[in-house]
This record gives sequence, structure tokens and C-alpha cells, in this order.
Amino acid sequence: MPLRIIARLDIKAPNLVKGVRLEGLRKLGDPSRFAEQYFHQGADEIYYQDIVASLYNRSSILDLVTHTAQNVFIPLAVGGGIRSEEDIQNLLRAGADKVCINTAAVKRPMFIQEMAERFGSQCITVAVETIRQSKDHWEAFTDNGREHTGLDAYDWAQKAVELGCGELFITSVDHEGTGDGFDMDFIHRLSPNVPVPLVVHGGAGHPSHILEAAQAGVDGVAIAQLLHYERCTIADIKQACQEHGTEVRA
Amino acid sequence: MSANVMVVDYGLGNLHSVVNAIRKLGHTAVVADEGLQLAEADRLILPGVGAFGDGMRELRRRGHDRELGQLTALGVPLLGICLGMQMLFESSDEHGFHSGLSLIPGSVHRLDQNIMKVPHVGWRRLHPSQDWQGSFLEETPEGTFTYFTHSFEAKPKNADALLAFVESGEHKITAAVRCGNIFGAQFHPEKSGDMGLAILDTFCNFS
Repeated sequence: MPLRIIARLDIKAPNLVKGVRLEGLRKLGDPSRFAEQYFHQGADEIYYQDIVASLYNRSSILDLVTHTAQNVFIPLAVGGGIRSEEDIQNLLRAGADKVCINTAAVKRPMFIQEMAERFGSQCITVAVETIRQSKDHWEAFTDNGREHTGLDAYDWAQKAVELGCGELFITSVDHEGTGDGFDMDFIHRLSPNVPVPLVVHGGAGHPSHILEAAQAGVDGVAIAQLLHYERCTIADIKQACQEHGTEVRA
Repeated sequence: MSANVMVVDYGLGNLHSVVNAIRKLGHTAVVADEGLQLAEADRLILPGVGAFGDGMRELRRRGHDRELGQLTALGVPLLGICLGMQMLFESSDEHGFHSGLSLIPGSVHRLDQNIMKVPHVGWRRLHPSQDWQGSFLEETPEGTFTYFTHSFEAKPKNADALLAFVESGEHKITAAVRCGNIFGAQFHPEKSGDMGLAILDTFCNFS
């Protein structure tokens, strides 16, 4: 299966935001414009992460999805603050193809099974945020790496699959933003042992990092900083993949 | 040339993506929920994401099963997408046994997770099982990448219903089917980039 190159956009509706060292978050403007750009540049998928994930105002992310779906004709995944069947129904109907759940799944794991049965497992991705605690142990976190769960990340990922999620989206919180590469130790442990598609995120700084992840057998890589900072284009990444024997859609 | 395309709404997934794609191409998309008006459509699209049993229940509840049978018998071309394609067949074993629209002989079965990751998610190259001339793929270059996301596969009873396949290792998966004026795409043309839009455009335009 060709490696999926996924553009990840952090959303603080109505803006795309990016973390800037010492500054916090910088607003970049309308996320759907960026999504369109990445679509035309050959991205295989767009992933919107709602980093505010408000309990009350869900309409702005729905508006964004609705608008994006009018001009972007590749798969669209949405994560952040998805708590209920209604949230999922609304997002899918607005044009999202899959939703990514973390906190809601940790709080009540059966939610994964129920939503996979209701909507189809291919619509339900479980996001696992990892922070390495020791040589052999990674803990799963929620809320962009701020809240401990006490769960072993590897075991939790396996459980999520058993409960019926169609895909795993693993973010390495400690690698994210460093540009030093993905958390290959965790990926090497998990990748051979998952029967569902696996997407990894956090740490890509150079196309060689994507090649590394591909060689470890992941199905997709999500890139944020690398694209938003324009250090690299999707074409650069795909070219590097092709030159090194990793099949991509081109 | 602008076609009048009726997109069947029966409450299950990805309706707006299909409508958006049709409109982007300059055709008229009408969402049909309360009964399908016979005179209005040049083309019919049956989208769908979700479970076969739920989909069939919702189609029957709205009387769309009967109407689709009548319209296609009159010669209106129909394109089923993803679950929409699967429901064209006679049955599925998803969550128990369910009967489909029976517009194409054959049945739907779970993909084997001993041979591949399930759900089958990602981009695959389309290969012809027969000549694509006269079908919605007639303008599509062989080997075009399209996007798949599904756990079940349609197996037509007759080999001549198979239009296209994709490969997972050495295993072939049904990607597109045809039976007269009835067509099916397991992949999502509305999510397969510019090439996917071109496929939808051909469906809207071809004679």
C-alpha cells in the first residue's frame, strides 16, 4: 500500500495555528485555504485537530469542515473534543470521512466499540499521544500531552484495536516540534503488531524521517511543522520516497 | 454539458462530499430524500458509508429500493459508491445476513484479515478486469490511484460484472463493477483527488 502523506493542521477556530517557540501560538489564517493548497500539492489526506475542543461551541469546526469539503476532494479526518455519537454524525455528514477520538475513548473505552458499530470501523480512528517514561515504557496522554492517563501506551493501543477502531493515530508528544524524527523506538514496537492501519505523527524534520517510518511498516505519516514552516513540500517528500523505494501516490 | 444528477439521501454518511464534487464539476446535484422524481434525473448516485443492514433498512423505509429498481429499468445510469456499490448486490454477511437491492448478482463478504489489514484504507491503482470503454472509467488511465476505505468486498457472480480490481500483495479486491446501466465503485471518486473528480465527470457525461 502506498504510504499516505497526511497534512495535519491544528485548529483554533476559525484559524490555523502553529506553535512558535517562545511565542506560544501564532494564527496563520483560514485553515481551509491551507488544506486546499496541500490538496493541490498532492497530500493524500487532511487531518484537522481542534485544539480548543470546546464543550459548547462545536459549530465553528463544523463550518470549517463544511467549507473544506467544498473544495478539497481527498479524505478529511477530524479530531479534538469528539465526545458523542451526535458529534460524529454531524462531522461525517458535513464532509469528514473519519473522526479521531482520544479523551472520550480513554474515559469510556466501550465508546470505541459502540461508534465503530454505528458508523463503521473505517470512520473511527483512535488517537494515542505518547510520552516516553523509561527505556521500555511509554505512557498514553490526553489533551495534547497535558493529562496523564496512567495507561501503558502500547497496551492501550492494542486494546483500542480490540474494541474495533479502524485505525490508530500515534502522536509522540516528546518528539513533536523537535524536527529530530519520529519516535522510532515506539513505532518499531507497535508497527509489527497492529492489524489495522497505523499513522504516526510528531517529529518529522526531514524527508529521511518519513522514509524511516515507512521502512518500519507504517501506513501513513502526518506532517505539520515541516509543511507549515515551508521547510519542505509534499512533492519533496514524495520524490524522496520514490527515490528510495517507498511507494507513494503520485 | 451539464447533467442532472440525483444523489440518494438515506441518512448514511458522505452525502455532501458527493454533492460538492458534482457541483464542482459544473453539474446539477439534487439531493433526493422524499421519493425520487422519475422525470428529473439524467444520472443517479447512491453513496454510502456504514453498515449494509442499516443502509438497506433506511433505503426500504423510504421506498428507495423500489424506485431505484424502476429508474434503472428505464435505463437511467446508476453509480453506487462504497456501501452504495455493495447494496447493489443480493446480500451481505455484515453483522448477520442481509438482503440487498439485487440489481447485480453476487454477494458481499468481509475482507480476510489474515491476508491484509482490515479495514482496507488507502490509495490503490485501478486495473481493468475488462475493457473500460462504455463505462464510467472509459477516460481513466490504467493504474490511476483511487482512495479506498472499507472492510467488506463485493463478489459478483458473473465475471463480466467485474470492471476493475486493485491488488493487495497477490490478492485481488473488487474495485468497480457494471451490469448494463448500473455501475459501482468500491473506492470514493469524490475523495480521490482530481483523478477521482474526472471519473465522476465521465459518469455524468458518457453516453
